[in-house]
Amino acid sequence: MSAVRKGAGRLWSVRVAGGLVGLVAGVFLAATVWAQQLVADLSSHLIAITTGFTGTEVVLFGTTDGAGDVAIVVTGPRTPVTVRRKERIAGIWINARSVRFEQVPGYYMVATNRPLDQFVGRPVLERHQIGLPNLQLGPREQLAPDQLALFRSALIRNKQRAGLYGITLGQVAFLGERLFRTNIYFPANVPTGLYNVEALLIRDGEVVSAQTTPLVVSKVGFSAEIYDFARNQPMIYGVAAVIGAIAAGWLAGAIFRRV
Amino acid sequence: MQVYLPIAEMSVNALLVLGMGGLVGFLSGMFGVGGGFLMTPLLIFIGVPPAIAVGTQANQLVAASVSGVLAHWRRGNVDVKLGVVMLLGGMVGTVVGVWIFSVLQRIGQIDAAITLSYVFFLGTIGTMMMVEASRALIRRRAPTAKRGKLHRHMWLHGLPLKMRFQRSKLYISALLPAGIGAVGGMLVAIMGIGGGFMLVPAMIYLLNMPTGLVAGTSLFQIIFTTAMATLLQAATNQTVDVMLALLLLIGGVVGAQFGTKAGGRLRGEQARLLLASLVVAVALKLAFDLVVEPNDVFTISTRMS
Repeated sequence: MSAVRKGAGRLWSVRVAGGLVGLVAGVFLAATVWAQQLVADLSSHLIAITTGFTGTEVVLFGTTDGAGDVAIVVTGPRTPVTVRRKERIAGIWINARSVRFEQVPGYYMVATNRPLDQFVGRPVLERHQIGLPNLQLGPREQLAPDQLALFRSALIRNKQRAGLYGITLGQVAFLGERLFRTNIYFPANVPTGLYNVEALLIRDGEVVSAQTTPLVVSKVGFSAEIYDFARNQPMIYGVAAVIGAIAAGWLAGAIFRRV
Repeated sequence: MQVYLPIAEMSVNALLVLGMGGLVGFLSGMFGVGGGFLMTPLLIFIGVPPAIAVGTQANQLVAASVSGVLAHWRRGNVDVKLGVVMLLGGMVGTVVGVWIFSVLQRIGQIDAAITLSYVFFLGTIGTMMMVEASRALIRRRAPTAKRGKLHRHMWLHGLPLKMRFQRSKLYISALLPAGIGAVGGMLVAIMGIGGGFMLVPAMIYLLNMPTGLVAGTSLFQIIFTTAMATLLQAATNQTVDVMLALLLLIGGVVGAQFGTKAGGRLRGEQARLLLASLVVAVALKLAFDLVVEPNDVFTISTRMS
């Protein structure tokens, strides 16, 4: 729930982050226009989580220099995740076995223009970590492979249930032969931090061009201030919470005294 | 209307949370209890992580008990001396409780521990209240019941450190109220409840305190234990969401006003029987969830420890 928040994006102030991202993206674009066979960009490089945030959609669009297949891989900031298995102990279900994965993306989504197995082989998928089966999660414990697979699939299943990992492949739509676009949806519980949006051009089963675009998910405004306050000065935050509650209780008592 | 909770890191429907606060506030006003024991399970039910539900409840209860104690204070129904002794124990209990909480959170057993303590306390107290209220209802039909002794002596009254509490007309060991306070403090820290439903009977039956002073005095000390729990939960576990607390508070305060009026029309035994059924129902629901095989036996947690 909360750990994914410590991505690099938190360290910068939002404005600086936005500026930096724009700069980086600009450099990327400038460099790729003449050198690469694929150019892509996002409709927005900053997802701002405000008090009214209920999820958002970002459009990725781009162009290729000719025929070919496109795969888009969106990876959220990587953090450790503990997977626990409940077992029936003395009649009740409580957490027993647990496995810790060190490198779990907080968000993961893949979009392609047609099913992956129609245009690319396993080695390429594994090398570029395309698709959930090829995602490297970095399990810490030494476990029997079948046990590990069980915990791994449970982790992915839980992330999918939270809407953070894609259940199906997203759809990249081609407009003509060269222009493509896809919509990437981020739910309300999307973790904050620095995201990588990777666009890959694949021809004859090989990646011929790749471009990585950064995307920052950050809390802004009131919710960001509360969060930073609670994190950076937990004791003062607690005092403020108590004083606020006492004042509110007093006020309520005074208002309803005559009712 | 969706509102993003900055600490829980989730988006909730503000009207739903306000409504929940109102409903629990109504019931607590009607029965004169804090209602934390209903709110924490409700919050968990709508997807708030249990740890955050408990930490935030402590914060919300500060406000609820402040507004509650004001009315008692005006009528002079607070034994400050006894309350202070209770709260000294309460402080110790809260510190121990928050520590236990963080250990359980680290080893991944906090959810089961919260549910288990709910089942245990709600089950026990609810059943006792049910039996007592039904007896009272039956006795009302047969009014020849004999009067009990005014004051019974138990081993508890032989403890050292005797203190005189003029307001309550008691001469008892200070360890008794301090001990009751300590248990109350632990309940605040681990379960996110004020513990009124446990403190009140303990003060009546163990301390033999005048009934009129019980509610005000327990509320008085709950202010401090919940404030302490809020502070410690915020500092050590970072599980206090002020946005959620604010929503609960608004709903709760309004609901409590209507609840108090509705409660005036209920007879004592009937009210207690209704409350007891509610408490037992919550306990049974939680026990059921513990025993039935979950949909997915795997859970994930990204919280650092």
